[in-house]
Parts: sequence; C-alpha cells; structure tokens
Amino acid sequence: MTPAAVAPLGRMLLAQTMAHLRIRWRIPAFSVTITALPILFFSFFGLPFASYTFPDGRSVGAHLIASFGAYGVGSVMVYAFGIGVANERATKMDLQMRVTPLPPLVDLFAKMLTALVFGLASLLALIAFGVTVGGVHQPVSVWATIVLRLLAGSVPFIGLGFTIGYVFGPNTAPAMANLVYLPLSFASGLFMPVDDLPRFVRLLSPYLPNYHYAQLAWSAVGARTESVGVSLLWLAAYTALFLTLALIAYRREERRNFE
Amino acid sequence: MAGDPENSSSVPGVPGRLRTSGGMGRPSRPPIPSVVEMIAARKRFGDVEALKGVDLTIRAGEVVAMLGPNGAGKTTSISLMLGVRKPTSGEVRLFGLDPNDRRARSRCGVMLQEAGVPSVLTVRELVDLFRAYYPAPIPARDAIAIAGLEEKANSTAGTLSGGERKRLYFALAICGDPEALFLDEPSVGLDVEARRAMLATVRALAARGKTILLTTHYLEEADQLAERIVVIDRGVVIADTTPRDIKASVPSKRISFTAEPPLAEAIFKDLPVTILELSSRRVRLLSNEPERVLQTLFERGLTMRDLEVSGADLEEAFVSLTSGREPRR
Repeated sequence: MTPAAVAPLGRMLLAQTMAHLRIRWRIPAFSVTITALPILFFSFFGLPFASYTFPDGRSVGAHLIASFGAYGVGSVMVYAFGIGVANERATKMDLQMRVTPLPPLVDLFAKMLTALVFGLASLLALIAFGVTVGGVHQPVSVWATIVLRLLAGSVPFIGLGFTIGYVFGPNTAPAMANLVYLPLSFASGLFMPVDDLPRFVRLLSPYLPNYHYAQLAWSAVGARTESVGVSLLWLAAYTALFLTLALIAYRREERRNFE
Repeated sequence: MAGDPENSSSVPGVPGRLRTSGGMGRPSRPPIPSVVEMIAARKRFGDVEALKGVDLTIRAGEVVAMLGPNGAGKTTSISLMLGVRKPTSGEVRLFGLDPNDRRARSRCGVMLQEAGVPSVLTVRELVDLFRAYYPAPIPARDAIAIAGLEEKANSTAGTLSGGERKRLYFALAICGDPEALFLDEPSVGLDVEARRAMLATVRALAARGKTILLTTHYLEEADQLAERIVVIDRGVVIADTTPRDIKASVPSKRISFTAEPPLAEAIFKDLPVTILELSSRRVRLLSNEPERVLQTLFERGLTMRDLEVSGADLEEAFVSLTSGREPRR
C-alpha cells in the first residue's frame, strides 16, 4: 500500500511559494509600501539631481537609483521576514504548519523565493521609473548587475528580519523594523551622500551593513569606494551575526512552544 | 520503568475490568498495526507535570475519544503524538516512526484547537495548499463539500465565522485523505446543526476505516462517536474502556438541596454518593441511585428545601471518578 509515502517536494515548494506570494500581495501595507516607497524617496531626493553628473563623470541619477534600490530590496527582506514571522507566531500559523508534512526548510525556501520576487519587483519598478520619468540611462548590463548583486547580497537582511520577527509581536514588529532599518539606511548614505551626514554618523557609516550592501550597487554604476570582495566580506560577517541572533531568538521561541 | 502502569486501573469504585480494549498490553507482534504508541510518556512544563506517565496504544481503525476536564493533558497528549512537543521522558511513536518523520505526518490529518491560518487566503486556496502537502489528496471540491463550505469556497479565512473557521480546519485535516485523523475538540464552537453534521461526517470517515482520535468535553459526543474512551485527568489515564462502561461507572445524577439544620457528613454513611459541596446549608451530591439516596436521607430524618435532581455534567462526573486521588490543584 505504498504508492508514494510523501508528497513531492517540488509540488510543496511551488504551492507554498504561491501561498506566500498571495499573502504578501494581499497585504497592501507590505506590497504597496515596498514598491512605492523607493520610488517616492527617489522622487523626493533623487529626481531634482537625476540629470547631474559627479565630477568624475558618473551619473548622479544612476547612483541614487542604486541607493534607493538597495534601500528597497533590504526593506523587502526585513519586512517580509520580520512582520511575516511575527504574524505567523501570533496567529499560531506556525503550529498549524508543524502538524502538516511540510518540511520547515521548504517553507523557508518558499519565503525566500517570495521575498526575492518582491525584491525584484521593487527594483524593476524603481529602475523603470528612473529611466522613464528621471531620464536616467545606463546600459542594460549595468541595471542587470545592480539587480543581481542586490538580490544576492540581501541575505543579512533576511537574518535581521527573522530576528525581529522572533523577538517582537505583530504589533511591535513593524515599528521595530522601521526603527532599525530606516536609521541604518540613512546613516549608510542611502538617502544623502555620506559626506553630508553629521560627523558622528559619518564615522559610523563604514561599519553598517546597509553601507556595504549599497556599495554592491554603487560600484556597479562606477563608484570606486570599495571593491565587491570587501563588500561581500562585510555582508557575510553581518549575515553570520544576524543569523546567530535569529537562531538564538528562534531557539528561545522553540523551547517555549514546541518542546 | 518510570511511571506507574497500574494507576490506570486503580480508579476508585472502578475496578480493573474497565480496561477492555487497547491499552496496556503490547504484544510483541501486534495483529493490527499501531497508529499511536505512547510508552510511559511524561511531559513537564517548568514546575508543572502535565503528563505523568501515559501509556496508550491506538490501533489502525480504532475510533478513540479522549475525555477529560480542561488542563487534564488532552492537548499535551496530542502534541506529543504529533511531535509538536517532545516528551520529557518515555517514548512516543506515530505509525511506528518518530512523530516528526514526514512519512508518519503524511498519514495524519490534524485539526488543532488553537492553530491558525493566513487570514487573507481563501478557503479554496488553503485547501489546495494543504493538498499539496500530502501524497494522495482528495479533490479540493470534495474536501470543501464534506466540510459543508461550498458557499464559502471563495471567501478569505479572515471573513469566516467561528463555526465556518472550524469547518475550514476540518477540511484542511481531511483534504490529504489521511489514514488517521486527530481532532482536538472538533465540535466546540459549532451550532447544533453544524455539530450534528460534523459528527455524522466523522462517523462516516470512521466507517471507511479511518483511525480517529478526538478529544472532547462531552461524554455524549464521545459516546456517539467512539468505541473506546480514554479518560485523562491531571496527566494520568484513569480509565480506558467502552463508552458503556464509562457511563455505568460515572454517577449520572446530581442531587442538590438546602438542609435544615446544617448537616454532618455522617448522614451520608453507606450511601452511594460523591459529595461535591457540603458547606453552610447547601448540599450537592452525585449519585447513580438518586431515589435510594433520597429515600434513605428522609428515613434518617433529614428535612430539605429546594430539592433538585438533574443530569450530572462531565466536569462533575470527573470529580467522582477522581475522588480519593490527591486533591485538585
């Protein structure tokens, strides 16, 4: 009586990813915010200077699209995982999932795929806006490099999101996500150049995750502040830090509810 | 071995004959495979011992009701069976496997009291999602129909009423066509009509050979559905038998009255009663033979006012099943 003892993992992953996509899409607080905010910020901070060039000839508009792109993808990760996990815990969805045959890793991959899809959407919307409204022009290969690097480098923010999601409840998690992520972005020079920031912040910037994350995109449009290898090392270190924190918070939760 | 395998048959006034089916014996080669096996399972939460050594075997095809007051350990037992929680000591197996084994999980449908689903997904989307978790699910349409949710198929979970939500969870439990169903308080929160439908559905599934474990507060419900009742109280299985034996062993009537003058406990000497309350003048008793008790009390010269004889509810009945054991918390 053994046709198939378990359901195929691929089918589970597909179904689970579709479910997460629908959930995120139907919560406008998430779907609208993560696509609209980067464009909005770019309009305020970037459009007036979009056609300018730096003294070394680089496009200011492209640099700012890189900045707000980094802001956007990072926020997708922090919010999707932070608020998502906090909600799952509050509504006991985590318990419901645990009594099904769904392996937790499949759920994790589905969440990551979902976040990547939204991150991609957020980036494409911003780039399309920058090109059409802002008149910022770059070779397609440059845009593609930005997209690939920002999606691939977003892992530390998944860790940060998880930590927030496991530590805070559904009402505090969004506030905490903002409280942590926005200052990090500001202080990293995503909204205005690092050189224009207050002195003590300027000293701090080179140690922040968002700073090195944005470097991935800035260097794609010609900035020479930091090599990609160095950025990746910093991001790997932050990934380790945040995932460790997330794991501690997760274990604590696990002990409380599932042991 | 840790635990006290004898305590399950040491119910006061309920002799060992109460163990008729399943239960303790673990034959080396069981003729029917076991779905659930709990061996001296203990579970401690901080200072509280929620399960104090439970031995329980549920075999394929059995319909078992787990009965007990709130906090008795029913939900903890189910959590252990499904691997949601780990036993502090002892062993729990599901289909002979670790309860967290995906092969075991794939054979179980589960409806938990406190679990939740994403409120923005529709009934149909959720059923389809859960179907994908199982190797051989039934069509979504069928699962939705069995749960009686056709009209709500396109409604999001967040817009459902309490009863509809319960039926949604039932649909999610059965959509994978599992061999075993774990239903934690399946009828709580349902109106009379929905409850009857739910019970009929569970009976139909049982008739098709599904193994069913359900927990309930209601003796009636257990009686209607199950061929075996496991009574659990304060973390211990205190009876494991047929509904008939349980009903015979539990006092079915409650007698209450006001006594003039106040009574001493001695007046109930040799009478088949369980005293629930004997404070100031109000007296509450449980008994299977209210007529004889009252007659004897009158013969002993008792005067009473406000006499009332009514059916005992389960909570009260448990007090008698568990009287003589250490006092409740």
